[in-house]
Amino acid sequence: MTAALPRTGITRKRSNVSERVIVGLLLVCAVVSVLVTLGIIAVLAGETLSFFRSVNPFKFLTGTKWAPAGGSGAGGEYGVLPLLNGSLMIAGGALLVGLPLGLATAVYLAEYAPPRVRGILKPTLEVLAGFPTVVVGFFALNFVTPFLLRPLFGDDRVFIFNAAAGAIAVGLMILPLIASISEDAMRAVPQALREGALAMGASKRVVTLRVVFPAALSGIVASVILAVSRAVGETMAVTIAAGNTPQITTNFFGSIQTLTAYIAQTVSGEAAAGTVRYESLFAVGTTLFVLTLGMNLISARIVRRYRQEYQ
Amino acid sequence: MTAAAVEPRPGILRITLGKGATRTKANIVLDGVFAILLLVGTFLGVLAVGLLLYSLYDRGWTRLADDPAAFFTNFVSRFPARAGIKAAIYGTVWLMGLTTLFSFPIGVGAAIYLEEFAKKNRFTNVIEANISNLAGVPSVVYGILGLGIFVRFFKMGPSLLAGGLTLAIMSLPIIVIAARESIRAVPRSIREGSLALGSTNWQTVRRLVLPAALPGTMTGVILALSRAIGETAPLLVIGAAVSIFNTPNDVRDPFSALPVLIFNWTSRPQAAFTDAAAAASIVLLAMLLAMNAVAIFVRNRFSTRW
Repeated sequence: MTAALPRTGITRKRSNVSERVIVGLLLVCAVVSVLVTLGIIAVLAGETLSFFRSVNPFKFLTGTKWAPAGGSGAGGEYGVLPLLNGSLMIAGGALLVGLPLGLATAVYLAEYAPPRVRGILKPTLEVLAGFPTVVVGFFALNFVTPFLLRPLFGDDRVFIFNAAAGAIAVGLMILPLIASISEDAMRAVPQALREGALAMGASKRVVTLRVVFPAALSGIVASVILAVSRAVGETMAVTIAAGNTPQITTNFFGSIQTLTAYIAQTVSGEAAAGTVRYESLFAVGTTLFVLTLGMNLISARIVRRYRQEYQ
Repeated sequence: MTAAAVEPRPGILRITLGKGATRTKANIVLDGVFAILLLVGTFLGVLAVGLLLYSLYDRGWTRLADDPAAFFTNFVSRFPARAGIKAAIYGTVWLMGLTTLFSFPIGVGAAIYLEEFAKKNRFTNVIEANISNLAGVPSVVYGILGLGIFVRFFKMGPSLLAGGLTLAIMSLPIIVIAARESIRAVPRSIREGSLALGSTNWQTVRRLVLPAALPGTMTGVILALSRAIGETAPLLVIGAAVSIFNTPNDVRDPFSALPVLIFNWTSRPQAAFTDAAAAASIVLLAMLLAMNAVAIFVRNRFSTRW
């Protein structure tokens, strides 16, 4: 920090005023981020409160039927559980795909891969992380469903729009996230721990599973929570591939609707401002915001704790 | 730091190797199986990248290569064969410019403040925690913010300005984080040398720290932009259009954008529109790839090693 350095004399005095103005401007830039947060909270809270004037908050949180009123009409049922169910199915399914693949990649990169292979694999994974979500959704709808799921499980069982395709797409998107954060965590494990185990006759597998993995566990857990949060917040792939049928189900081959997909699909259908349906966008947005923020905070907390251990 | 905090937790200290440490035949086989599983897992991820690219090529390449000039210069159409991406390309390029215009100065300014001038106090902590939390907010929530504030409250409507501001706000935390990292990488001795010669903090930052940190910052900004350009959800929420039959002249004009068009075409039942969506996806990916290449070039060509 330069603020702690000794202050210098003559030149400083001359440009004191303009210096202060500049630092003030920079401070304003930094404060913008706080304003953004306040803006998000104000917009979400404001509209959600007016939503709760028409819909009982308790019914919103515990209701099992999501059937918004069409057009500007009143009525309709707003129980968020079907949407939540959809989001959790996508997150769970995405973990089923992303976690084993992501962890295998992380372990391979951190413990097994020769530097040259690593130099090719890491950028490839970054490509996967950088694919626009709408393109991954295209892939899920036009490749995963017709050429993977339907041949495997039968055309009559797998709907065109189904949760499984969405979950696989989101799983591919969280794979690089899990791989890179977990790899970092494993690389942070001191070499001495590995060498100690190797000296005692352990093989690479034993070192990985019994030494590196437990030592890096907090970082890995943090990456998984972050990945779940990302999966819950993912919008386009599920909007395109997973359908728009809000329902409480465990059928991965049927159509569902997630929190995010409801927002995307409703705005494309133009919900008029001031209607309950329009306000429901913000109520769902608030639910999404609270869920993801909670998971991100837990994940960051775990990362902070694990950083203290190896310094 | 207290002694308790430094000491690893008991679980980590007490590592047992178990029976795995003995070199029995079964263990050697298990070692091989484990290594193969890792390879297969890693390979599946790479395979997914390959399949994704192949599916785009398979559906979109003929559509794109057939008559590229028409595809780029036609507006959208009811007839998939005549549909083009002109308005979407213009919209995406405008958005890119506006997003940079808003997010670059503010993001870099915030980074300079936090790295060079901020005192270690609660207020600074709040800003820092706030920025890292904003980085994890789902993009669709930024869309809702844009809809509530820019489109409705400031009555901008679904205009380029509203879209650019929304994407800028979404990119801001990523830019701040990238810029801070490259500012932090400038060694302290550079600053001390300058201060010792009698320059002020700001002079030091402007003449020495910023030029040295610029390549890293640029790389981060370009990567953040390429992320923003590929985003669909926020633009969809603020009301980006598809049926646009002219190119925008003004930031108050309504707009289309490539990802929004891809979404629209993907959602249509006709196979010919699916092909067009794949072709447009190839164009979008090519743009992102080009931006990434520029970012890597800037990093390798201009960055200073200390």
